[in-house]
Amino acid sequence: MEKKITLTIDGREILAKPGQTILECATSMGIFIPTLCHYENTTNVGACRVCVVEVEKARSLVASCCMPISPGMVVRTNTPAVRAAQKMIVELLWSSGDHNCLTCEQNGQCELQNLVYWLKIDKPRFNIEPPGFAPDDSNTMIHRDLNKCVLCGRCIRACNEIQVNEVLDFSMRGSHAKVGPAFDENYINSSCVFCGECLQVCPTGAITYKQAKFAGRPWELNKVRTTCTYCGVGCQMDLFIKDNQIVKVMGNRDYGPPNEGSLCVKGRFGMDFISHPDRLKKPLIRRNKNEELQEATWDEAYTFIADKLSAVKKAYGPDCIAGLASARCTNEENYLFQKFLRAAIGTNNVDHCARL
Amino acid sequence: MAGLAATFGSGAMTNSIDELEYTDLILATGTNTTENHPVIGMKIKRAVKQQGTKLIVIDPREIDLVKYAEIWLRQKPGTDVAVFNGLMNVIISEGLYAKKYVEERTEGFDALKTTVEKYTPEYVEKISGVPAEDLQKAARMYAKANRASIIYAMGITQHISGTDNVKSTANLSMLCGNVGIEGGGVNPLRGQNNVQGACDMGALPNVYPAYQQVSNEDSRKKFETAWGATLSSKPGMTLMEIMAASGSGAIKALYIMGENPMLSDPDLHHVKKELQNLDLLIVQDIFLTETAQIADVVLPVTGFAEKDGTFTNTERRVQRVRKALEPPGEAKTDWEVICGLAGKMGYPMQYSSAQQIFEEITSVTPSYAGITYRRIEKEGLQWPCPTHEHKGTKFLHKDRFSRGLGLFTAIEFMPPNELPDKEYPFLLSTGRVLYHYHTGTMTTRAQGPSERCPESLVEINPADAEKLGISDGQLVKVTSRRGTLEAKSRITTKSAPGSIFMNFHFTQAPVNILTNPALDPTGKIPEYKVCAVKLEAA
Ligand code: SF4
Ligand code: SF4
Ligand code: SF4
Repeated sequence: MEKKITLTIDGREILAKPGQTILECATSMGIFIPTLCHYENTTNVGACRVCVVEVEKARSLVASCCMPISPGMVVRTNTPAVRAAQKMIVELLWSSGDHNCLTCEQNGQCELQNLVYWLKIDKPRFNIEPPGFAPDDSNTMIHRDLNKCVLCGRCIRACNEIQVNEVLDFSMRGSHAKVGPAFDENYINSSCVFCGECLQVCPTGAITYKQAKFAGRPWELNKVRTTCTYCGVGCQMDLFIKDNQIVKVMGNRDYGPPNEGSLCVKGRFGMDFISHPDRLKKPLIRRNKNEELQEATWDEAYTFIADKLSAVKKAYGPDCIAGLASARCTNEENYLFQKFLRAAIGTNNVDHCARL
Repeated sequence: MAGLAATFGSGAMTNSIDELEYTDLILATGTNTTENHPVIGMKIKRAVKQQGTKLIVIDPREIDLVKYAEIWLRQKPGTDVAVFNGLMNVIISEGLYAKKYVEERTEGFDALKTTVEKYTPEYVEKISGVPAEDLQKAARMYAKANRASIIYAMGITQHISGTDNVKSTANLSMLCGNVGIEGGGVNPLRGQNNVQGACDMGALPNVYPAYQQVSNEDSRKKFETAWGATLSSKPGMTLMEIMAASGSGAIKALYIMGENPMLSDPDLHHVKKELQNLDLLIVQDIFLTETAQIADVVLPVTGFAEKDGTFTNTERRVQRVRKALEPPGEAKTDWEVICGLAGKMGYPMQYSSAQQIFEEITSVTPSYAGITYRRIEKEGLQWPCPTHEHKGTKFLHKDRFSRGLGLFTAIEFMPPNELPDKEYPFLLSTGRVLYHYHTGTMTTRAQGPSERCPESLVEINPADAEKLGISDGQLVKVTSRRGTLEAKSRITTKSAPGSIFMNFHFTQAPVNILTNPALDPTGKIPEYKVCAVKLEAA
């Protein structure tokens, strides 16, 4: 076993595993340190410095996400100096962007908005000077408005370190710094594969789910956890529902395997088929081979099928009937389907398209 | 599937998805993982970039993973068996195989050894086009890794030698002692969300749930008692046999739940004739698919977000599906429809919920016996999970194979059924692309993915394009012995010279009017990955 070390955070002594950062250690003690750029399972970059704390004997405030704990360390997370620094940072971020919550999709779940509130800032002490970037409206999946970007770099780390798609990076530096695909391209002309990891990690309204815009406020949406209907990975996902429509699909890191919160383009942006007007709504019957399919009631459909199946079975035996089950249906449905053919019809002629 | 079952005693993915991120080597063959299983692709890329895992890719196409691979073997399509025999030839002749493991846990080694003897790297190079040196390098790298995982998908199975291909991957894995350990194994990646579950549930002609044989008297008795019915002991027909029998009149009525063979099956012209020959075609689906359009009865059902139930993912993990939406119009769940029909047929099936059906499933399916909706509320469980206390199984065949000893199969290389010739000089492979899924019924109706990938493209190597005077985006005509279609070209080195690739997602360019229905004799999977075509500017 590794030797533990003792340190003090906000007057509480703790025995902790070495190698942790101050932020991790404080979080494990239930002490809240605000962050913006920090994102679990990606590199700690200490870019936003919202997580600053006071460390006794240190010359200045330190970014808790990057500072490893050491024996005898005395940390304070809530001194006036810490709060003043945090306010300064947040006011700078606020004033250097176009943070109009009235029209922002992220309103109510924005981490910048939450920070402003938590730090009790009425208005920034600086003049608001948004950079005036044109929004990236190039596609129907991801909307990007860099006027709301706080340059936390989460999207870059998500794209490179979580999804390893290597699309996003910083371009330019300093006050002209910008995040985005190479050569400042918009998404649709880049090598982006629309996994949407970047929009999932963005703390502000800079990268958002385009189709969710004006489709419902966060608090109006009903969240239902389910399993993706596409490939065999079986990603766990949250469907956000309003008025019997899927507004958006998000991964959720709390759900663990198999996808730990990540999705691909099909799972995240491929679900609108479910509310498509082409959906079948009534049973259809073709009573004679050369006629068209016509709407019918369920009872008519059941009777039509049962009569025909019984006649075929009687005339030719059960092995003249076959069924194809579906790799897209649930276990329960596949189970009943083969039970129906085997027990109700009496044949083992059942297969599915999994061979394909 | 059949291949793995014969070798190990179980056809499922031996190991788990997350093990791929923490293993020493991954050998990916016949899987375009980043497009077809993107989240697994993501984990493989992370393994390579962040964990130092080595990646070997064996694939005729220059897929995205090639960028991350230490070695890429670009074999001619359909020569997989030769390549695998070649790898084993090197490993055996250099004494790099796991001798103790082979001795204690497997059988059939001597026959394997004799067969692979002639597959020297030079001989394999002649068949497959893989440089002898690369083959040797790959063989040594695979053999020397402590833990090595093989993953494959339809690029391995969709050949007439599909079952042989699968057995070859299993041979290689066992030869180096990689089956039954964490981070190892032979891992088929299932293409559709619930292929694993459909198989587990007995949606197969020869087995009941949990692969209990219909021809086995004890199994049959068990199900006769459970279901209160007399059951047939005669194994049924497979998909392709059912199609053929529909055409010949041996099958009179066909009930299709949620599938669209009119776009997914090979040689589509033929499929249509076969289906139209039926007395009764019942199609149960969410859309009026190509198949539903020619049905006698079409039954509207719910989509995945409109029902409760479970899916079993590719790593045997049974996970919940939850109802989030009310279905449109009068659509019912598939299970309600089946129960409605059964009642009319004089065999009452009555359930009040999906959960109640699941409880019945667990009572007759030993590998699912310990799973309940409550236990999988927060996280799915991986079968086998025989009791309520069992935590599920991360990897199979630890200490012992399901069949006892692992069985090596000596396999000779067999060329594909239809190879390019003078008249049809190009080799066509089919598959999927990132933005779409299967027959496109769902994704072509999704705005985002369709915007990114609105149509089917014929992927052509630049050298071939130049020879034929075809430019990028130009309309081309592709013709096989079975049919012809037109689509736009996409000039890319992803396709090897002499090979073209198309996806099967689009009705407008139904590539399966071209493909060859020749079947793998055991797996009964059509040879989607190889057929001969000619190519010209349209
Ligand atoms: S959608 Fe995915 S690939 Fe595209 S930029 Fe965002 S993280 Fe990168
Ligand atoms: S776009 Fe969002 S995630 Fe990316 S740097 Fe800006 S604020 Fe951070
Ligand atoms: S989100 Fe993508 S990777 Fe995950 S299950 Fe769905 S299709 Fe597969």
